[in-house]
Amino acid sequence: MTVLEPPATRLARLGWALADSLTIAGRTYSRLRAQPGELAGFLVFPIIMTVLFGYVFGSAITLPGGGDYRSYLMPGIFMQVAALTAVAAATAVSEDMALGLIDRFRAQPIARSAVLVGRSVADLSIHLLSVAMMALCGVVIAGWRPHGSPLETLAGFGLLALFAYAMIWIGTYIGLFVKNGAQADAATFGWLFPLTFLANAFVPLEGLPSWLRPIADWNPMSAVVSAARRLFGNPGSAAASWPLQHPVTSTLCWSVLILAVFVPLAVRRYRTATSR
Amino acid sequence: MIYAEGLRRRYGAVDALKGVDLDVPQGTVCGLLGPNGAGKTTVVRILTTLLRPDGGTARVAGCDVVADADRLRYRIGLAGQHAAVDELLTGRRNLVMFGRLYHLPRRTARRRAGELLERFGLAEAADRPVKTYSGGMRRRLDLAASLIVAPPVLFLDEPTTGLDPRSRLALWDLLRELVSEGTTVLLTTQYLDEADHLADQIVVVDSGRVAASGSPSALKGKVGGGRVSIAFREAGDLSAGIEVVRGVLPGEPEIDRGERRLAVPVEDGAASLIKVATALDEVFLRLTEVTAA
Repeated sequence: MTVLEPPATRLARLGWALADSLTIAGRTYSRLRAQPGELAGFLVFPIIMTVLFGYVFGSAITLPGGGDYRSYLMPGIFMQVAALTAVAAATAVSEDMALGLIDRFRAQPIARSAVLVGRSVADLSIHLLSVAMMALCGVVIAGWRPHGSPLETLAGFGLLALFAYAMIWIGTYIGLFVKNGAQADAATFGWLFPLTFLANAFVPLEGLPSWLRPIADWNPMSAVVSAARRLFGNPGSAAASWPLQHPVTSTLCWSVLILAVFVPLAVRRYRTATSR
Repeated sequence: MIYAEGLRRRYGAVDALKGVDLDVPQGTVCGLLGPNGAGKTTVVRILTTLLRPDGGTARVAGCDVVADADRLRYRIGLAGQHAAVDELLTGRRNLVMFGRLYHLPRRTARRRAGELLERFGLAEAADRPVKTYSGGMRRRLDLAASLIVAPPVLFLDEPTTGLDPRSRLALWDLLRELVSEGTTVLLTTQYLDEADHLADQIVVVDSGRVAASGSPSALKGKVGGGRVSIAFREAGDLSAGIEVVRGVLPGEPEIDRGERRLAVPVEDGAASLIKVATALDEVFLRLTEVTAA
């Protein structure tokens, strides 16, 4: 067999990185095909959340400004599912580390960013599938409707996807540090899940005690929910803080900031990561 | 084919490698022998570009491990202690994926996967998920994955640890075949008999240093009829050390309490050295130095 050489030009290197990312993304899809239960979980979890919160909480909560609770709730669930993409990303990366697969990838002539980029893009595409399922479910079961223009609706989903992609990179970075899937779960779900509740996702912030209110007001999760509500034209509540008065801008800022910090950090960590 | 000079590496406060030299000619097998924590894996990680050395230089297949890492990666294969393959995917899908990551065209990657599965006796299991494989099958798949581009240099980190004797012998046969085709192999092992069977050259590593090196027979001759001497940091360790040495070696140790040192006359220096180092390792003694002289 002829000995292969790494690409010499910048353009060839880019093509190389792209091809590697696609191969790695393809691996994620093959894994999902091998465990259909996992995929079903991704799709069923949002349905359960919609029904659970929509009808259990929905029967007890009335919005201060009026409006249908289930329409209020949907953007909250969209945000929660987007935020929790970090958990799956961290678990998957930590398992690859523990198995020594990351070592094998690193000993192969693969573009340095490709393993993590390929993974993250595949994770995002699976997340989008789950969002589509959730939206369908919201429309059919909860009577949710986006009331904005088609462009605004698209922008709403786009913003949620950007936020989800940022969260995937937080999870990826954490996954490179922990020893196994269980630790990865604890190191992400442990703080993320409470944080999604310390926001305006499920309840209006007006009822919160005064010491808790500022935290919820400035929680990026709240900005994401408010931005989605605004773009979908769903009922929301009064905004007391700057981020909630400018939710689209602050969500954009948060997502870009997270990506600007965690993508380079994760890629650097991957380059020096030692399995086991 | 593999050349290293003065390799050093620290992990925090620990000096894992304190200057290791290696020279492995093409088509030969070098066995890195030593107890757990001796620095064997660190040497392999540096030579396979997974870890940067803090000092020293190394070249593999003509490529510098730091400056020329990507070219080097096309010329090596690495199989480790753990079978680094995707458990959920089939054996074939794993090999095709690794082939694609060497930037082989899809058809070439598929053809190569088929050839390797056939050669390593995995053709029948090729389309089953790896999680259904036995330990020996996984290790063979791992080895196949490291041979996709038919690399001229192969690194094996404890390739037979945890395998049953039959799978171990089968793996040895595969390795001999590869070497006869011209592949240069560096393998680490804790088993003297493995190094003895496979290696043209044995390098004994202990506490981050090369303690002895040479062909299996020369090494035995050189240190045959010699002494193993051990220096301890604490007086208490010496007493415990004497017990350990009495347990693993037939000779009666000569003891120098003032220098906290003991020496045992032995017939087979290399083997005894490994035995003692492993036994001491097991009782967690902080030994400062073990040498065969």
